[in-house]
Amino acid sequence: MNNGTLRQRYQKLKAEADRRRKASEEAPGAKIRIGMATCGIAAGALETKAAFEKEIAARGIQAQVQTVGCNGHCYAEPCVVIDHPDSGFPPILYPEVSPGKATMLAKLFLQGFDPRLEHILGATVENDMIPAVADFPRFHLEKRVITQKCGKIDPEDIYAYIAEGGYAALTDCLQQRPEEIIAEIKAAGLRGRGGAGYPTGNKWELARGAAGSEKFVICNADEGDPGAYMDRTLLESNPHQVIEGLIICAYSVGAAKCLIYVRSEYPLAVRIIRTALGQASDAGILGESVLGSDFAVEVEVFEGSGAFVCGEETALIRSIEGHRGMPKHRPPYPALAGLWGCPTVINNVKTLATIPPIVTNGADWFRQIGTQNSPGTAVFSVVGNVTHPGLVEIPMGTTLRSLIFDVCGGIPGKKAFKAVQIGGPSGGCLSEAFLDTPIDFDSLTKAGAMMGSGGLVIMDEENCLVDVSRYFLEFTQKESCGKCTFCRIGTHHLLEILGRLTTGDGSMEDLDLLQGLSEDIKAGSLCGLGKTAPNPVLTSLRYFAEDYRAHAQEKRCPGLTCRALMTYYIDLAKCAVGCEACVGVCPVEAIFTTSNRKKGIDQEKCVKCGECRVVCPPEYDAVEKVSPPGLAPLVERPAEPRKQN
Amino acid sequence: MMISLTIDDRQIQVAGGTSLLKACLDSGIYIPHICFMEESDRSPASCRLCWVEIEGHSWPVTACTVTIDHPIAVKTDTPAVRHLQRSALQLLLSVHRVECKKCPANRQCVLQNIARFLEVGLKPGRLQRRLKEPDVDGSHPYLDHYPNRCVLCGKCIRVCRNHDNRTALTFAGRGFHTVIRSFGRFDSDTVACDSCRACVEICPVGALVIREA
Ligand SMILES: Cc1cc2nc3c(=O)[nH]c(=O)nc-3n(C[C@H](O)[C@H](O)[C@H](O)COP(=O)(O)O)c2cc1C
Ligand code: SF4
Repeated sequence: MNNGTLRQRYQKLKAEADRRRKASEEAPGAKIRIGMATCGIAAGALETKAAFEKEIAARGIQAQVQTVGCNGHCYAEPCVVIDHPDSGFPPILYPEVSPGKATMLAKLFLQGFDPRLEHILGATVENDMIPAVADFPRFHLEKRVITQKCGKIDPEDIYAYIAEGGYAALTDCLQQRPEEIIAEIKAAGLRGRGGAGYPTGNKWELARGAAGSEKFVICNADEGDPGAYMDRTLLESNPHQVIEGLIICAYSVGAAKCLIYVRSEYPLAVRIIRTALGQASDAGILGESVLGSDFAVEVEVFEGSGAFVCGEETALIRSIEGHRGMPKHRPPYPALAGLWGCPTVINNVKTLATIPPIVTNGADWFRQIGTQNSPGTAVFSVVGNVTHPGLVEIPMGTTLRSLIFDVCGGIPGKKAFKAVQIGGPSGGCLSEAFLDTPIDFDSLTKAGAMMGSGGLVIMDEENCLVDVSRYFLEFTQKESCGKCTFCRIGTHHLLEILGRLTTGDGSMEDLDLLQGLSEDIKAGSLCGLGKTAPNPVLTSLRYFAEDYRAHAQEKRCPGLTCRALMTYYIDLAKCAVGCEACVGVCPVEAIFTTSNRKKGIDQEKCVKCGECRVVCPPEYDAVEKVSPPGLAPLVERPAEPRKQN
Repeated sequence: MMISLTIDDRQIQVAGGTSLLKACLDSGIYIPHICFMEESDRSPASCRLCWVEIEGHSWPVTACTVTIDHPIAVKTDTPAVRHLQRSALQLLLSVHRVECKKCPANRQCVLQNIARFLEVGLKPGRLQRRLKEPDVDGSHPYLDHYPNRCVLCGKCIRVCRNHDNRTALTFAGRGFHTVIRSFGRFDSDTVACDSCRACVEICPVGALVIREA
């Protein structure tokens, strides 16, 4: 292979990318960058974009509207960065830009040079005028390796990626021997981000050394955990970094064919990947001769049908082969005998996206981030009772406390922290005692949870851990492939027992049964789904024993969540005479007026939707929750006044 | 190449490459199992009954998935092994309609045999019995399927080659609701299910029966 040609080919692409970037930067007028990943679109980014475009055209303002991916601040979507050099201000990040706000900003900032400081989040660069977002805890505690370019570049423009240095790592790699690359990845200590944390370099080495001329690399973008969206966001915001990692992997293990296995429920991600692959082919980065070298590689997209178990590698392979997605016993591991029996590397989206930065910056740089045994960063999609949910990337070793309270702003509404569920349906529920646990593969496993693929649910005191476990078991039972005895039947019993606890029909013996059955399912199941499905139950039984005991013994739900065990009542001392706020929202007309013109709830009719509690004006705050329901004071409905005919 | 194994207190010689389960069964050492079939190369390992303990492993493993390539010492009767076997059997029984007298498999039924071997009754222990609806699936032109007898070992799927050399049976549904189902076209001239009966014969629990005319 001629390294000179390779470098020239890359230089040519880079020069073109730089030229385009410069032209765009030097174009007169403002640049408006709108986050248009699924999270942005769901929050109304399309309407925001239309509003900007309409107003710009109507006012004859010189400005370009650009689309970028997600910057991780999902709580603030639609996010818009306005770079308006003529105004003298640095680029500014605006949160929650509705079409109305867009119209206002076009008029007042783009045309009137007034940035409306009351609406900003901060400047995206350091400056003397406006606080920069980088100084906020969220920004300076984060460490962006995988998501570094997300939200900054247009995911549908390969040159935007190349201008940021993209595909330089691949160019580097093609000038090295595959063994050297694998050695570097091993030295970096990278562990798979798909959940189990298997060392990536070792996996590649196994596949490289495996017999067989035909090999495959599969990018696992199945992402089936409820509430997790890291992989989707990454693919929607910067697909090329994943594709670059994929090609480097293929070159390293000697594969000529790659697949991206992405769930078809991710239509935007699928479209963006296809666009990216098309552009990479056109640029000579994919195909017969990658960047003019003698390495040939093809990448195909495979759309999975959204079964959680198909994220498990052997089931994933079965489903590509045209069968029902059911796992097989390992070994043999796919790295030795995978797709069509050929050596196959399966890596998670984030694992692959970590490869180019490691190649560019070196193993030592990577090892400086994170901990000894879990180098690098972790990406989490944080959801639940937290002030700033969204996508965050933090160095491994950050404590749960710092992630929840510093990076994500803590628990809203003066409520107390109760639990954090980490690792999705395979993970565990940890209590306050674990807040100082560092987030890394080994510490979390030790606590009974799991890194998982990055779902993190934060719960305040008004959550019931029995009900949370029931929720996860409902998911795993529905998603169990049905192949093996323990998972298929065992999780069904777990779900039933948890169900009866939440309705007050359980007993203390049930807690024993839960524990024993969970241990058996863990020990006896065939694949990771069954082996980890009891984790939410086992951890909550251990760390939230009081929740279980209260349900079983007192028929009481301490989190005031299980509907059969709690009720609402109106505190007559707080209720305001004549206020009717709750009456209209009750869907079943359970609220009546008492004899002294306050309100009461007819417990017979009430369906416990909680709407009255939401609308009760904060200055009265009269609607209370109690468990068990018998504690609610009895309020008599006055006799119906006689109808006058 | 022959490899010598220590199974409990016996020494046996087996050909390298065999599965541990087959090696034991061939030497007359019984290990409970349902889904294992001698002819197929890779066991589905789905019934989760053939537990054994291998020296050096901290936890029981399924014997059908262990390929013999070096000498090992195996225990087939430890407390952990028996615990998992009884637990798996109880789970299977918890979704099984135990009406042996009415079942064509009575006296040859694998569940009866395993229960006897493990010295337990045909009862689900502390688990509540949960059955599926409907009790009989009569959608196949010749066969009746009894989901509340079925243990989902999948042997019927693996022996059925009657339809252009492809199986006409499959797993359907997920989780607790997983069942065996037939699919495809059943023209009486192209399909000879009534004379083949491979699936009926291999079913270890009497879940597939030829419908009486
Ligand atoms: C039930 C189950 C679901 C899984 N789902 C995913 C998934 O959605 N994405 C993923 O990357 N890995 C998933 N995995 C892990 C994969 O089997 C595999 O370990 C991973 O893709 C390997 O990539 P890595 O080494 O880069 O982590 C799942 C595993 C199990 C048991
Ligand atoms: S553990 Fe569950 S998902 Fe995995 S093979 Fe067994 S039944 Fe299927």
